[in-house]
Amino acid sequence: MQVTMTVNGASFTSDVESRTLLVQHLRDNLNLTGTHVGCDTSSCGACTIVVNGEAVKSCTLLAVQCNGAEITTIEGLASNNALHPIQEGFREKHGLQCGFCTPGMIMASWQLLERNPNPSDGEIRHALEGNFCRCTGYDNIVKAVQWAAQNS
Amino acid sequence: MIPAAFEYYRASSVDEALALMQQHGEDAKVLAGGHSLVPAMKLRLATPEKLIDIGGISGLQGIQDRGDHIAIGALTTHWQLESSDLVQQKASALSQAAGAIGDVQVRNRGTIGGALAHADPAADYPGAILALNATLVIRGSGGERTVAASGFFTGLWETAVQDGELLTEIRIPTDAANANSCYLKFPQPASRYPYVGCAVAMTTSGGTCSDVRVGFSGVGESAFRDSGVENAMRGQAVSEASAKFAGDQATNGRSVLSDWSVSEEYRRAMAKVFAKRALLQVGR
Ligand SMILES: Cc1cc2nc3c(=O)[nH]c(=O)nc-3n(C[C@H](O)[C@H](O)[C@H](O)COP(=O)(O)OP(=O)(O)OC[C@H]3O[C@@H](n4cnc5c(N)ncnc54)[C@H](O)[C@@H]3O)c2cc1C
Ligand code: FES
Ligand code: FES
Repeated sequence: MQVTMTVNGASFTSDVESRTLLVQHLRDNLNLTGTHVGCDTSSCGACTIVVNGEAVKSCTLLAVQCNGAEITTIEGLASNNALHPIQEGFREKHGLQCGFCTPGMIMASWQLLERNPNPSDGEIRHALEGNFCRCTGYDNIVKAVQWAAQNS
Repeated sequence: MIPAAFEYYRASSVDEALALMQQHGEDAKVLAGGHSLVPAMKLRLATPEKLIDIGGISGLQGIQDRGDHIAIGALTTHWQLESSDLVQQKASALSQAAGAIGDVQVRNRGTIGGALAHADPAADYPGAILALNATLVIRGSGGERTVAASGFFTGLWETAVQDGELLTEIRIPTDAANANSCYLKFPQPASRYPYVGCAVAMTTSGGTCSDVRVGFSGVGESAFRDSGVENAMRGQAVSEASAKFAGDQATNGRSVLSDWSVSEEYRRAMAKVFAKRALLQVGR
């Protein structure tokens, strides 16, 4: 099936098998490997990207469901070599160790700040319920999102 | 994990979807948000030969105030329900159930129609739909029919939606009880599906419960109204003691699910506790 989607501002038209998952399409066909696959069972949030303004788990969507969609992945956040404030926050506050969960964490945080520019501690934790981190213990992730909220 | 191969069809209207469903019959499954179906297909628990994607049908989207009821299109997402002022005010139990589902990403994609049609015994909405006394609109090639929530959940994974039919709309009456309703959930910590979900809609007058509807999710093979709790609460002054007595009637005379993480006994006990808490929350 033919699918056309705009990813990080560029339009891509590809022929995909209908069973292709969106994350596979991004990673294997479009070479955007910043989006990670952790659990592959809709639980961990490592594959989180933004589709039409909403954070979603790209391991749980078919590429064909996103025909015509506007997609942002972690690769699309920085502009003109300047990190996005959320990326800057994760660096500044040590919001990552191994970094595996980070792209998904950042995209989910993007969604939070879009809807709630000044979240409380509890609101940040609630908004990141669908994202697992096996390294940081979450505290520095919360601080990173707070930093981003204060500096964007 | 990749689903087994299937043919994909995209419907742009309900009529087109119904025609495709008729053409492909039992080989086809409808795809809405895909947040129950795609995981099942990845695990090859579901291997439909054909998928009919209804996700782009604009006529099935949105929340409307129709005076005596709120009309909710089947494709309305959990997030849209959670964040709707109208639903928060007129059917709080529904917005609370929506906001308690999974996580942000799941709520952005999953739809109320998909969740109700799927009828997972552990789904959140069904208990709320029962307590809110909703009406469900179903369309097939023969036309449209409506089913009361009380007749919708017919068994484990089973609903009144027949092969070849689509759930198109959910109607929530805008009555005083629904404006004074809540949904309380005791989630499994890992999956976040409810061990117990309890929805209560109540009218009170001078501190006395004049009428009440109580619905449970996650407790039995399918969601149910609990008339034992309702009868014990109706006509009583709402207090810690009366709510406890009424809550204690929960699940009496019913079979209750047990699974690897929660025994039948524990789930029953928690149903009583959550019924009491929900009664007190809307009764005060
Ligand atoms: C990680 C995760 C956590 C979750 N946690 C919860 C939770 O805590 N509580 C909860 O209640 N749910 C939970 N869910 C399920 C979620 O709510 C799903 O969105 C929902 O069950 C299905 O809705 P959907 O739109 O995604 O439907 P789909 O997956 O597209 O479809 C589900 C089924 O319904 C049928 N169908 C869909 N729409 C219609 C229609 N309009 N008419 C007739 N048939 C239709 C499909 O053919 C399919 O059989 C979770 C899901 C995930 C992935
Ligand atoms: S890889 Fe998608 S949620 Fe874990
Ligand atoms: S930084 Fe290693 S999983 Fe989060």
